[in-house]
Amino acid sequence: MLDTDFFRRWMAATAAAVDREADRLTELDAAIGDADHGSNMRRGFAAVSDVLEKEAPAAPGAVLTLAGRHLISTVGGASGPLYGTLLRRTGKALGDAPEVTSDQLAEALGAGVAAVAQLGGAQAGDKTMLDALLPAVEVLGGSFGEARDAALAGALATVPLLARKGRASYLGERSIGHQDPGAASAALLVGALAEAAGPNGGGGA
Amino acid sequence: MSEEKQVGIVLVSHSRPVAEAVAELARGLAAGGATAPVAAAGGTSAGGLGTSTELIAAAARAVDRGAGVALIVDLGSAVLTVKSMLAEGDELPEGARLVDAPFVEGAVAALVTASAGGDLGTVEAAATDAYDYRKA
Repeated sequence: MLDTDFFRRWMAATAAAVDREADRLTELDAAIGDADHGSNMRRGFAAVSDVLEKEAPAAPGAVLTLAGRHLISTVGGASGPLYGTLLRRTGKALGDAPEVTSDQLAEALGAGVAAVAQLGGAQAGDKTMLDALLPAVEVLGGSFGEARDAALAGALATVPLLARKGRASYLGERSIGHQDPGAASAALLVGALAEAAGPNGGGGA
Repeated sequence: MSEEKQVGIVLVSHSRPVAEAVAELARGLAAGGATAPVAAAGGTSAGGLGTSTELIAAAARAVDRGAGVALIVDLGSAVLTVKSMLAEGDELPEGARLVDAPFVEGAVAALVTASAGGDLGTVEAAATDAYDYRKA
């Protein structure tokens, strides 16, 4: 079972990964966007860490809804409402259960990803964060390690794609040959699940 | 009609100067004295380029007279931020609505219509109609 502390570790591991990889995210964004993805995500997840420290929400769902709300209000770029909606909707789907199974998390994250797709009007293959999230959600009920690998593979597979959404879509064919920064950061979020689970927690619950 | 409750207009841009200048332009073109309430919510809270839920929520509260609030946005995160606020949060007043309209022309059309006492549906229709003004 995944308890509240697991979800706090997930957010902390994501904040650490985003902080560590911020320069790479910004470099990816400089190629096809406006070169602020790393700093925006770092600011957003630093705020998430702060508020989780201060408010200590008491259930898995509450951790994610609080995190999502703070991402929307602190990021300032499009990744704020997108990641904020992802976490908030996932948290809502988890309700106020004190512990959840990894299957329940997979299902809730599926609802969150669907909300992101609806908000941005994007689908698989548009060269967005969905290209990392959709394959990860599919295998998440199995193991977090598998989900991490699927998200990474999905992010790498955005390199040859033509961007159809967001600022990068203005570039048309020139967006081809670059990894999508949103897919890269989404892979960090999914990878942090395996980190939060620890060396023995990568399997199903 | 001026005693009736007027629809409020919120202009959400990535840039504070753009949002403020368009509000100023709309007030000027709506002319003829007092206009319906309009507020700018541009840039991040720190003054940079981007969008801020705090600024948007504060602007919406400031123009809410109980007849609804029309939010007119420019692009990217301005669209997504307002959509996510409407979908999930409780930061926006009852009757707040994202209006599908070009930013400058829609703002002018919306403010003229709201100042004339139009309800939220009429204000929205006027702003959206601004897409049809062909320029060439």
